[in-house]
Amino acid sequence: MTGPPRETVALAGASPRALVFAKTSTRQLLIAATVIVALVIPFVVKSFFVFQLTLVMVYGLAILGLNLLTGFNGQFSLGHSAFYGIGAYTAAILMEQLDLAYYWTLPCAGAVCFVVGFLFGLPALRLQGLYLALATFALATAMPQILKFQPLEPLTGGVQGIVILKPDPPPGVPLDADQWLYFFTLAVLLIMFAGAANLVKSRTGRAIMAIRDHPIAAAAMGINTSLYKTLTFGVSALYTGVAGALGAIAIQFVAPDSFTFLLSVSLLVGLVVGGVGSIPGSLFGGVFVLFVPNIAERISTGLAGAIYGVILLLVIYVMPSGAAGFVRFAAARLQSKGKPR
Amino acid sequence: MELLLQQVLAGLATGAIYASMALAVVMIYQAIDHLNFAQGEMAMFSTFLAWQMLQWGWPYWAAFIGSVALSFVGGIAIERVLFKPIQNAPILSQLAAFIALYGILNSSAGWIWDFNIKTFPTPFGSAPLFGERLIGTHQAGMIGVTLLMLCLLYLFFRGSRLGLAMRAAATNPESARLVGIRVGWMIALGWGMSAAVGAVAGMLIAPVVFLEPNMMLGVLLYGFAGAVLGGLSSPGGAVAGGFAVGVIENLAGTFIPYVGRELKLTIALVVIVAVLMVKPSGVFGRTVVSRV
Repeated sequence: MTGPPRETVALAGASPRALVFAKTSTRQLLIAATVIVALVIPFVVKSFFVFQLTLVMVYGLAILGLNLLTGFNGQFSLGHSAFYGIGAYTAAILMEQLDLAYYWTLPCAGAVCFVVGFLFGLPALRLQGLYLALATFALATAMPQILKFQPLEPLTGGVQGIVILKPDPPPGVPLDADQWLYFFTLAVLLIMFAGAANLVKSRTGRAIMAIRDHPIAAAAMGINTSLYKTLTFGVSALYTGVAGALGAIAIQFVAPDSFTFLLSVSLLVGLVVGGVGSIPGSLFGGVFVLFVPNIAERISTGLAGAIYGVILLLVIYVMPSGAAGFVRFAAARLQSKGKPR
Repeated sequence: MELLLQQVLAGLATGAIYASMALAVVMIYQAIDHLNFAQGEMAMFSTFLAWQMLQWGWPYWAAFIGSVALSFVGGIAIERVLFKPIQNAPILSQLAAFIALYGILNSSAGWIWDFNIKTFPTPFGSAPLFGERLIGTHQAGMIGVTLLMLCLLYLFFRGSRLGLAMRAAATNPESARLVGIRVGWMIALGWGMSAAVGAVAGMLIAPVVFLEPNMMLGVLLYGFAGAVLGGLSSPGGAVAGGFAVGVIENLAGTFIPYVGRELKLTIALVVIVAVLMVKPSGVFGRTVVSRV
């Protein structure tokens, strides 16, 4: 699998500091504007829409996890539904069996998924491209079956799944449960997106991307490719696992059949639509994953799948490298127009 | 021993389904270098076309040939209309386009022919073969047709100029274009052929799993698994891989106590992944050596 556009490589050549500064300040402005909008929205829209936006952030986070692995490290995965499911079940079991507070389940889910992802990354080292896709697909197929597995039923609730209670806002906070969960998710999202952005910008991040662009050259430059690849697998699973835990808390229910291979496919579609190798793009992917199937359903119930397909195809025709690629392209166009020739 | 033999036979019978799908998968992989997620839905659609012709009172073989011919044309049309415009898009975007095609075919088949299960006739009859309960004449016929298709494809790719041109276009498009091969049309031809192979597979599978829009999902996934196990660069390997998946799945269900029944698919996949650990390009696949 070839990676996404290699803007990093092009930028690394000779980057005038001034340009970098100008770029970051517009970017920071945009981020600040988005955060302000995100803070205001829950007070002006209906509570169901607030709930939907919470799920958009959850999917965005899950797609970010997939993006770290596929977009930045070039490892292909169809198994992220499994990590999402493990995260969701970790949260649900901890809340149900141990009465743990919901906010403590997130680090636990993240830790469990990191370990599982790291361990899965070890055999994945030997596989590439489609062969890795098959191995991860095996993980995705196995997960619902394991969750339904009879001996584990006291823990997982079998086919019935587990129902959990929606967390109440802390006393004294004038928000309803949906709004509180929205802000909680937003806070987690901001922390984790900032973490991912820093990771990608760091020395480690460059190593991760070097492995994607040219594994042999990366190894020749002294990067421990095995270590970085497995670690990326772990971190990616961690992100998706935390998203799964948040998703379980928001939906208040986990069942084995919510975490099938189809969820992996949705995440993959979100990744492509948002932009492979783009951190903010992941959030756009979340919007697509949540809203487009609903829109298709509303246009025609019988042909929902076909309409979804047509929308997806149109999006790919218009933005072959996802929303992020489209924005990059549009920005480049605008910039070159503004300059005197 | 008796039980083992019976289970292996039954596994081969299911494996034949996977093998014929794996063959179609490898065909298109050779032509366009990606896996086609919509392959199963294309085969399903072709089978529905054949069913429609049967409903109009056509004889079986006329419907069979009609469906294969239509699928061939349809495959080429899909490539020309949907995939040629995005041939330079990133590989993951093309993958998403396959998913879109999957949704379109699945949902429109359900809309045109509804989701009720339909029976599809078999040309081979369903009497038990050699007095065995586990493998019927249809299964035997299916295995036979799969092997026959494999031989024909082998002869086509090894023995004909067109087959050589298609292989050249797939392995090295630039050089192929320089020697005058029309790479774009070779790819379209690959789509057409894989749609036709898929149509044959679909019509053989339909009598076993019954005809409905979702019939191919499981089959396709295990077809993929078989193709990858055998090695994506080798059609013969894909067929062997498909049979192997069927047999492993069946044996795991029978002989591994306690967990076997419930987790047999999981076990089959774990076995496949374990095999890939040892041979990362599939059992019969070539290892691709890249130049630094």
